[in-house]
Amino acid sequence: ESCPSIKNILLLDSEGNRVAVKYYSDEWPNNSVKEAFEKSLFTKTQKTNARTEGKQFVFLFVHSHLSFSSCPDKKYHSLTFHNVFIPFLFTAEIAMFESHIIVYKFVQDLHFFVTGAENENELILVTVLQGFFDAVGLLLRGTVDKKEALENLDLILLCLDEIVDGGIILETDANVIAGKVASHSIDAAAPLSEQTISQALATAREHLARSLLK
Amino acid sequence: VDYSPFLGIEKGAVLQEARVFNDPQLDPRRCSQVITKLLYLLNQGETFTKVEATEVFFAVTKLFQSRDMGLRRMVYVIIKELSPSADEVIIVTSSLMKDMTSKTDMYRANAIRVLCRITDGTLLTQIERYLKQAIVDKNPVVASAALVSGIHLLQTNPEIVKRWSNEVQEAVQSRAALVQFHALALLHQIRQNDRLAVNKLVSSLTRGSVRSPLAQCLLIRYTSQVIRESTNDTQTGDRPFYDFLEGCLRHKAEMVIFEAARAITELNGVTSRELTPAITVLQLFLSSSKPVLRFAAVRTLNKVAMSHPTAVTNCNIDMESLISDQNRSIATLAITTLLKTGNESSVDRLMKQITNFMSDIADEFKIVVVDAIRSLCLKFPLKHRSLMNFLSNILREEGGFEYKKAIVDSIVILIRDIPEAKESGLLHLCEFIEDCEFTYLSTQILHFLGIEGPKTSDPSKYIRYIYNRVHLENATVRAGAVSTLAKFGAMVDGLKPRIFVLLRRCLFDNDDEVRDRATLYLNTLGGDGAVVETDDGVKEFLFGSLDVPLVNLENSLKNYNPSEKAFDINSVPKDVKTQPLAEKKATSKKPTGLGAPPPGPPSTVDAYEKLLSSIPEFASFGKLFKSSAPVELTEAETEYAVNVVKHIFDGHVVFQYNCSNTIPEQLLENVTVIVDASEAEEFAEVVSKPLRQLPYDSPGQTFVAFEKPEGVSAVGKFSNMLRFIVKEVDPSTGEAEDDGVEDEYQLEDLELVAADYMLKVGVSNFRNAWESMGVDFEHVDEYGLGPRDSLAEAVNAVINLLGMQPCEGTEVVPPNSRSHTCLLSGVYIGNVKVLVRLQFGLDGPKDVAMKLAVRSEDETVSDAIHEIVASG
Repeated sequence: ESCPSIKNILLLDSEGNRVAVKYYSDEWPNNSVKEAFEKSLFTKTQKTNARTEGKQFVFLFVHSHLSFSSCPDKKYHSLTFHNVFIPFLFTAEIAMFESHIIVYKFVQDLHFFVTGAENENELILVTVLQGFFDAVGLLLRGTVDKKEALENLDLILLCLDEIVDGGIILETDANVIAGKVASHSIDAAAPLSEQTISQALATAREHLARSLLK
Repeated sequence: VDYSPFLGIEKGAVLQEARVFNDPQLDPRRCSQVITKLLYLLNQGETFTKVEATEVFFAVTKLFQSRDMGLRRMVYVIIKELSPSADEVIIVTSSLMKDMTSKTDMYRANAIRVLCRITDGTLLTQIERYLKQAIVDKNPVVASAALVSGIHLLQTNPEIVKRWSNEVQEAVQSRAALVQFHALALLHQIRQNDRLAVNKLVSSLTRGSVRSPLAQCLLIRYTSQVIRESTNDTQTGDRPFYDFLEGCLRHKAEMVIFEAARAITELNGVTSRELTPAITVLQLFLSSSKPVLRFAAVRTLNKVAMSHPTAVTNCNIDMESLISDQNRSIATLAITTLLKTGNESSVDRLMKQITNFMSDIADEFKIVVVDAIRSLCLKFPLKHRSLMNFLSNILREEGGFEYKKAIVDSIVILIRDIPEAKESGLLHLCEFIEDCEFTYLSTQILHFLGIEGPKTSDPSKYIRYIYNRVHLENATVRAGAVSTLAKFGAMVDGLKPRIFVLLRRCLFDNDDEVRDRATLYLNTLGGDGAVVETDDGVKEFLFGSLDVPLVNLENSLKNYNPSEKAFDINSVPKDVKTQPLAEKKATSKKPTGLGAPPPGPPSTVDAYEKLLSSIPEFASFGKLFKSSAPVELTEAETEYAVNVVKHIFDGHVVFQYNCSNTIPEQLLENVTVIVDASEAEEFAEVVSKPLRQLPYDSPGQTFVAFEKPEGVSAVGKFSNMLRFIVKEVDPSTGEAEDDGVEDEYQLEDLELVAADYMLKVGVSNFRNAWESMGVDFEHVDEYGLGPRDSLAEAVNAVINLLGMQPCEGTEVVPPNSRSHTCLLSGVYIGNVKVLVRLQFGLDGPKDVAMKLAVRSEDETVSDAIHEIVASG
């Protein structure tokens, strides 16, 4: 009866400290409660193996969008395929924690978490996690680690803003999310570039899909 | 060392930096960086003072001058984070409204989200037109922004958002997946109280094609709701919309397949035919490579196993392979499912698998497993040996308090419910307390041993374990052990001499409580060497439950003056005092003189008891059972004010008439109340005690006592006439004339009702009390209470009728409930404990039906309670 809702999205570092977090539920009334939740969640999930389970990393390379738009010849497509990588096929892990369902993924020194209610459809939560995870991968152009995330914190925060609004899922498609975030860093006077990016991302996506289907 | 662009960041410095927002020539890049820093601080939990936040907010509003899109985007985010106050919102309203009508989609979408987030509603009518347009905007991002904002606004401004339903309905048909999802969510929320409309919505959408998987999940949820609320067509056995749910099992998106499977398993009274296709897809998920899918499937199957264990048995092989799943949540769910679906023959094999698994899971999972093992053991009592062994093995391993407590609780339950498991279970517990680090568990087990141990075939074998505690443990455990030893001594005469020896050794313990207990037990059980059977009264005194509220006992002990006269526990009032808070405050405010301790207002019960015992005529009536609250027998502001207190004794009733004379020119003498008990057949007047004088403004009492059948809750109506001799008083001298005139004054009638025979005595744990009272004298019946104003009114009426103490706050009926359970406790005349469980339900629009279950220590009392309700 109720709309699926997200309680929080967390991006923590290798010690469980915040890189960026967003809470949509008032179950955590103040910062110390939030921090305690993050710490214990982090500790608990360290024992599990969200990191080791996805042993097969497949990196896809797509060149940075700006050079893509400036160099639209056909040969470029194969090049695109090798230059920006998107980590995927990490398997998301899941846990019950303090009456919440939490799905998570780790890469390098970054820990991605999405929290939902106990009775939430787990697969909806994991779709949100995947959207966030992949969008960050796209925005950081494959170098997904804490340093890069902090240096592009504006993009991460915009990304969170595009995924969920007040607990309601806004968008789950990583390419659309990243497209919306990235477009904003481009001058409004050049509306064409926005389209170019989504084209670039769409192409990248097609390649992703093709390589998966082989 | 970690490099961070925010290393050494400091709030004060960043706030300084934010001054660049005021520069006439804005540097968008620089400004974006500063906003990022501010957001970083907020994200790390830093807080801004009101002044700081206001300053930042005003500076940020200047940034709307810049046309840089990236900067504008950051401005939107920080405005939401700063959550400005109403008067601040006004500053940005016009800027945001301008963006809302911009040609740039991103501006429109974000301005809508920001404005709807920060507005307090007054603005809403102004922007409503734009929002309605935005809902049907051809850009999906803009439409979604408006729809999601609508979902939020519906909570605060429902009447406005409801006006948008035409646009929302149009958006449901959108080809953009997320727009469809948001529109459907909003449309359903707008119509959720209109069952017919929801029904129509579901009917039309289940036939059409919903594109977005998320929207499809919503539709499944709404469909389940419609199914739940519609009556099943029992004739054909067909459930409306089942076909739709079943069809969703073949959807291409996993989230939809799972949502549908779960919805089917949760259908009310689901049949095995309906379950089968859902179980089949869940079974496939069990062997998925994705942990999330395995988890979702096993969690759902685990729930199904509770109600339909056989439906899940087909999955047992897949389930068993999940015991070794690396994700321990999945493994635990698999195990507990298997424990529910397994048959007797598979128990031993399962236990072997679980034993290997227990050592490497967290305590919280272990607790789940322990609970499952307990249920399994209760299901297959013949398997108690291997299951009890399993429990005792894990009891010996490392674990935290909650886990150990779960195991101990399980063993205790098995001992209670499976007689054959008792002796081995008790020994396991004995071994556990030999090396138990938790005082609470040790004392609980000792207490339990004291109850169960003496009833076993060879009680002596437990003594060693118990006595060891006296040597090796802390004072709390030692005191518990002493009590347990004494229980064995009291119950098993053969053990008495040995127990006395052990107890005597405890007399030298260095802890007061331990010594005191040993002394008490030795003296009461006859530790002087005489081995005699312990008298039931002594047993009851030592080990019986305390039937007075602890607060009252504490008060009475505080008021007790050490003297020749021993403290009498029977003098402790059993009434639960519900002293209003205001009253308490008032008394504590009274100024008290130095050295004079504030006189604790004697409880009314004490005062009445003292008053009545001072009257020789009442001395033979025995112990006062209950005194009612005063009942007024005159209107306010009449010449003579009279109220009456009903004192209930076992075989007598005393009416205490409190009279006052409000006429300064009169003196009343020889004041009595003439009681006509013709409508109270079982009562016979035995004493009337007149009041000699009743001067102006100086209240006095007159009493009338009746005899009634002993222990019976006789009821009746009494009419009262005040009779007296009135003498004129000279107001100047205050002297009365010698001659007086006899006069009468009619008082209101007085009723003696069933509730007068009931003491309000609460219990701390109703469920425990209910269980331990047992079903021996249970009496259950149903009553129609007819049309009532509300459920709450009916509940109140019954509580007042019975005069019992509501327990656990169950006297409060939540608004709009259609049913309610109320728990009552009390002591009935003859000192009989009574517990009542009332279940109320609305039967039709106003008619209230009630199921009354009474448990008491006496069958006639249980019946009497029903009689009260039946005749009331």
